[in-house]
Amino acid sequence: MTPMMAAASAGFARGRTEVRQTLTNGQDLWNYAFPTLGFLITMFFMKDAAVPGTNFSLGSRTLPSVLGMSIAFTGLVTLAMTLAVEREDGTLLRAKAVPNGMFGYLVGKIVSMSGMAIASMVIVLIPSLFMLDGISINWFTLAWVIVVGLVATLPLGAVAGSMFTNPRNAGLIMLPMVGLTIISGIFYPISAMPEWLQGVAQVFPLYWLGLGMRSAMLPDGLAAAELGESWRHLETIGVLGAWAALGLLVAPMVMRRMARRESGSSVAERRERALQRVQ
Amino acid sequence: MAVIDQADAPAREELPVDEGNVLDVRDLRMRYGTKDVLTGVDFTAHPGEVVALLGPNGAGKTTTIEILEGFRMRSAGDIRVLGVDPAHGDENWRARVGVVLQSWRDHGKWRVRELLAHLGLYYAPYSTDRITRPWDTDELVAAVGLTEHADKKISKLSGGQRRRLDVAIGIVGRPELLFLDEPTAGFDPEARREFHDLVHRLADANTTILLTTHDLDEAEKLADRILILAGGSIIANGSADELARTMSTEAEVKWTLDGQRFVHSTSDATEFVRQLFRDHDEGLSDLEVRRASLEDTYMAMVHQFEAGRQADAVREFEVVTR
Repeated sequence: MTPMMAAASAGFARGRTEVRQTLTNGQDLWNYAFPTLGFLITMFFMKDAAVPGTNFSLGSRTLPSVLGMSIAFTGLVTLAMTLAVEREDGTLLRAKAVPNGMFGYLVGKIVSMSGMAIASMVIVLIPSLFMLDGISINWFTLAWVIVVGLVATLPLGAVAGSMFTNPRNAGLIMLPMVGLTIISGIFYPISAMPEWLQGVAQVFPLYWLGLGMRSAMLPDGLAAAELGESWRHLETIGVLGAWAALGLLVAPMVMRRMARRESGSSVAERRERALQRVQ
Repeated sequence: MAVIDQADAPAREELPVDEGNVLDVRDLRMRYGTKDVLTGVDFTAHPGEVVALLGPNGAGKTTTIEILEGFRMRSAGDIRVLGVDPAHGDENWRARVGVVLQSWRDHGKWRVRELLAHLGLYYAPYSTDRITRPWDTDELVAAVGLTEHADKKISKLSGGQRRRLDVAIGIVGRPELLFLDEPTAGFDPEARREFHDLVHRLADANTTILLTTHDLDEAEKLADRILILAGGSIIANGSADELARTMSTEAEVKWTLDGQRFVHSTSDATEFVRQLFRDHDEGLSDLEVRRASLEDTYMAMVHQFEAGRQADAVREFEVVTR
């Protein structure tokens, strides 16, 4: 086995282990279950409202949008925060001290983040299917939207995570994400937004993830309620693909630069800072 | 980078690097901004040698080790670590080097055996006819004395247990060269003794070890050779005995005469004791001669160095003000 193959397979094993550790850890599970509960309650109260111009349940329209959002949040926010934390605590330096360890670490992160994105979608999806009507899943569309969505957001999360030296500041990434969620038609159709905000939202991946997921899970007639009265698959692939290309171009450079700067004393310095904050 | 290359090129021609040395450091310099941390460090280590790097806080020990580990770029100097410049070490080189890092809470959810088995996977392709990589997980867990904690979560380990795990991670790939930066911080005496046995076993298996420590007793026990780093360069290089001799530090003689206890410091203990027996043959008991410990030698050397530096500073000041 070549060293790179060994590192790749170690990375896969690492990702699986991390998913298992998250799913068997009360604290982590609660972190995933808590927002899920919020989404379920929101959808429950939106259940009897209708998507404007149709008699389709607004709650059922929200479900795929929320699933699209959770891909973006796992790929971007969770990965960025994990990177910032694991850089501070020395996990990354350990990976650097091992042959091809950084490569294995990255493969592991891709696997574990993808796994957690899917797990967090499943825990929202299953109870929702009992509660909501009108969902009909096109598995093929669902699969490609998830894959393209992860490829578009994970590199961006890696870039964001590399730029924060302090994991507490990494939480700042939540602010623009929440703002984007509000204008991206996740909880209410984007047509309710002023036109210039619709334009802004369509630059970012979040809107297209929501749209893609709706196209995979709602009856085709609902396309009429979207902008351009279409699911706009080509545009979805175009915008998400552009973000993926940009991310895949920038992420390796930013991460290499970050990794190069890691050393025992830089980790020790951050530990000192962190311990001072605790006291 | 251009600066380093220029500084490197002529030095390499003048001083052919000895292929037999695992570590070969010549005129290593490091400057942060305008502050010179290392002003020309020179030393070598041959296979299987245990070298201790001592020095006051801020002397540049960690900087030196991090440069040799390939984690930090140097300002100038010619360095070979296992025959390779660590600034350009590839993954094949990385597989032959072991690094014991200071940890605190990384991999907290992993279990001891699980993490060691995982990290070992990366080393398997680097096995050679001579060295089987990685170290068998159960054997390794036993070698660092963590067998009964092998299935514990790492976040549940005590400080000393965690440090043993750090050591285990450092040697999981059966390195030919091992860097230990303050390995026994937080060890109880028993753990320390076991760790010393482990270092001896590694050295017997021809592992070269460079360690830093503030425990001079430990350095004396473990190291074949001791380097004292002060003011950015190596001020002493030799075995503990050799260092003691160059400093001609005084030995301490204790004896009891007619029920009374006496203590005397002398640079020639043999002659003093001979005289003692000549003077009072019968009444003498409980004779004890203690040679200067490494600690005495170390303190003397660092003080002498600092006094010298002060004298230099005064001289410089006089020149400037004249």
